[in-house]
Amino acid sequence: MTLYSAVFYLTAVFMIISTGLAVTRNNLVHAVLYLVLSFFGSAVLFFLLGAPLLAALEVIIYAGAIMILFLFIVMMLKVETSEERISTWIHMSAPVLVGAVYLLACIFLVYLSDPAASEPMSAARVHPRDFAEYLFTRHWLAIEMVSLLLLIALIGVLHLGLGRAQPKNTNKGGSP
Amino acid sequence: MIVAYTHVLILAAILFFIGMLCTIARRNLIMILLGLEIMLNAAAVAFVGASLRWQQVEGQVMAIFILAVAAVEVSVGLALIVCIYRQTATVDPACIESKECQLL
Repeated sequence: MTLYSAVFYLTAVFMIISTGLAVTRNNLVHAVLYLVLSFFGSAVLFFLLGAPLLAALEVIIYAGAIMILFLFIVMMLKVETSEERISTWIHMSAPVLVGAVYLLACIFLVYLSDPAASEPMSAARVHPRDFAEYLFTRHWLAIEMVSLLLLIALIGVLHLGLGRAQPKNTNKGGSP
Repeated sequence: MIVAYTHVLILAAILFFIGMLCTIARRNLIMILLGLEIMLNAAAVAFVGASLRWQQVEGQVMAIFILAVAAVEVSVGLALIVCIYRQTATVDPACIESKECQLL
């Protein structure tokens, strides 16, 4: 076992444990912080699998921006320790059923797939310059579409934020 | 030499499974959105592994698009949650329409 594979397995166990802890917390702040740990683990994984630019973006965007947005909303709404309704056995049966079907399908697909996939992969690394050149020459249209999507999301969020505040204010002003 | 591609796929499958259980079983809109994030991240891990397996950059390109789409999804989803919370003072998806949801 080389150093790379040892780091891979350690990171994998770390990610699974922290993600599992994240989804079972009742306190939403703890859940978000465990998930930040899990995303750091996946950044290490991206680095091992030869994508240093994606590893940096994972830390900056996922752990740095998206999760902090979650944290911001959780603290703004003051729902850190909101009590969830108690799950009965009947309510849990549907998720367990769906999960069992999913796991069966995964095992089926992984073990009946290409036998060459179970051989160790040779290490490679994509330099950020090559990656960016490939991205902006071969996928320029998709880049434009993603930027348009971001713009539309910005407009939509602005609309949601502004459109709901005004009727409530007029109601408050008109009621007394 | 790094690990086999099968092991990367198994890790991505387990992460996707955890995210799916979180999305289906939790009764909190913010936790549902967190589960979606976990699932998107698992898909990105599988894509980057495939990019190394076939020595192609396409997988990493897909992972960067997943990153962008996740950012869009989270911003719109959280704006919707804030809207819902302002109107109904709850983040429980069943309590949005009825007030007797605590008994369920």
